[in-house]
Amino acid sequence: MAATIQLEVTRYSPERDAAPGVQSFEVPYREDWVVLDALNYIKDKLDGSLTFRWSCRMGICGSCGMMVNGEPKLTCATFLADYAREPVRVEPLKYFPVVRDLVIEMSDFMRKLVRVKPWIIREQEKPLSEGEYLQTPDQLDAYKQFSMCINCMLCYAACPVYGLDPLFSGPAAIALAQRYNLDSRDQGAAERMKLLSQHEGIWGCTFVGECTEVCPKHVDPAGAIQQYKLTAAKEWFKSLLMPWSAK
Amino acid sequence: MTPDPTGRAPSYTDFHPRWYRVRVSTYWWLTKWSYMKFVLRELSSIFVAWFVVLTLLQIRCLSQGPEAYARWQEWMRNPFLIAGNVVTLFFVLWHTVTWFNLAPRAMAVRVAGKRVPALLIAAGNYLAWAVVSVILAWIILGG
Amino acid sequence: MARRLVEPFLWSLFSVGGVVAAFLIPVHLFLFALAFPLGWIASPSQEALLALARHPLVRIYLFVLCSLPLFHWAHRFRYTLYDGLQIKHLNEVITAFCYGGAVLGTMVAGYLLWNLR
Repeated sequence: MAATIQLEVTRYSPERDAAPGVQSFEVPYREDWVVLDALNYIKDKLDGSLTFRWSCRMGICGSCGMMVNGEPKLTCATFLADYAREPVRVEPLKYFPVVRDLVIEMSDFMRKLVRVKPWIIREQEKPLSEGEYLQTPDQLDAYKQFSMCINCMLCYAACPVYGLDPLFSGPAAIALAQRYNLDSRDQGAAERMKLLSQHEGIWGCTFVGECTEVCPKHVDPAGAIQQYKLTAAKEWFKSLLMPWSAK
Repeated sequence: MTPDPTGRAPSYTDFHPRWYRVRVSTYWWLTKWSYMKFVLRELSSIFVAWFVVLTLLQIRCLSQGPEAYARWQEWMRNPFLIAGNVVTLFFVLWHTVTWFNLAPRAMAVRVAGKRVPALLIAAGNYLAWAVVSVILAWIILGG
Repeated sequence: MARRLVEPFLWSLFSVGGVVAAFLIPVHLFLFALAFPLGWIASPSQEALLALARHPLVRIYLFVLCSLPLFHWAHRFRYTLYDGLQIKHLNEVITAFCYGGAVLGTMVAGYLLWNLR
């Protein structure tokens, strides 16, 4: 008898159900299978109505984030083998509204991301004739870690402040703002500071640090936010003691 | 699944999404050990405040003369207070350890273009703490 | 002038208070709350300690030791109440209690240390 493993998957069909429930599936247990493989097996062979997001299946697109045994994970990067023969609980990403089964509504994150202006802001765009922007390896190193974010929202599912405060910008948005603040080509730090040095921005963060723990790309959003707080504090004192240097 | 007897979820309008929002429990911090550790770290601030209260009482008794100070010392020997202060010391040390381990993350210290590893900064903090503690103890003991 | 957010300043107080608490409190607590009462180390006499405390630099040191950690507590406890008990709607009460408590403690410390005879 081939080895199998139980998957306990959240099911929710808004037209039928008042609240999400759990459905158990038995899927083949293969050493090299990830949770996403198991979900696709369910959809192909057992219940075609199971709904979930996925795309690249290799940990770079950020689509397949779900809660696996209570931890935010990329299902394409989470091996069944790590759960031995115990039932694996698969739930939609925490702290987001559930649309259907394992699919969550992410427009809150998208709005917050756009709000921090995650692009190069220049006072004057350099004309093409002047050539490209040059950047030394050290300048790249200053922001590179924060640029690795794949917008998978696992950090939001780990952040209790985001769960408790609907206005909180969240780890990824702030880390990405910091990625551009630290980019030598960018001139928008002051603009972003005005937006994020608010309670819904960096000051809502209490450095729980879970966001960094779950990030699959080692972005360290918690570190980004604390560095941002330090910068904001320095700016505050500077503007207090040297108001003439304000722009 | 929780279908209702009419086969339809209550108040569902055709073709309109009805998202399900999970309410975050007041006891969210009990659900994961890492959350619990975070809350303990935050609660350590209460024991820091208790130390200040203790010290203010000590200073007041100190300035009131040897009998008042002797009474304060006697009070400090109370077994319940000692037990409480053992807990206080634990939480104060928890604050110190978590502070030194986390504070380097707030500073991207760069020497000659290379990021100084957080471990090194933390180690520096621990070393400084040991030195400062020895100096303070020496001063207090009248060395 | 645009309304200046006071949060960066409060966070700075929290940070400095945290540093003071982390470096200085353990040894003080260990000596005065455990080592001396339990007799592990002989306590200095009241006269010696008072003479030490009267020194102006020591008074300033004690003031810092008693004031800044209170502001550290105030900020941290305020957020613990927000997130731990979800009572953000009591915002004004919490803020007054926390920072008010820290200011009160600071004033008590200042009074005691100024009047140290």
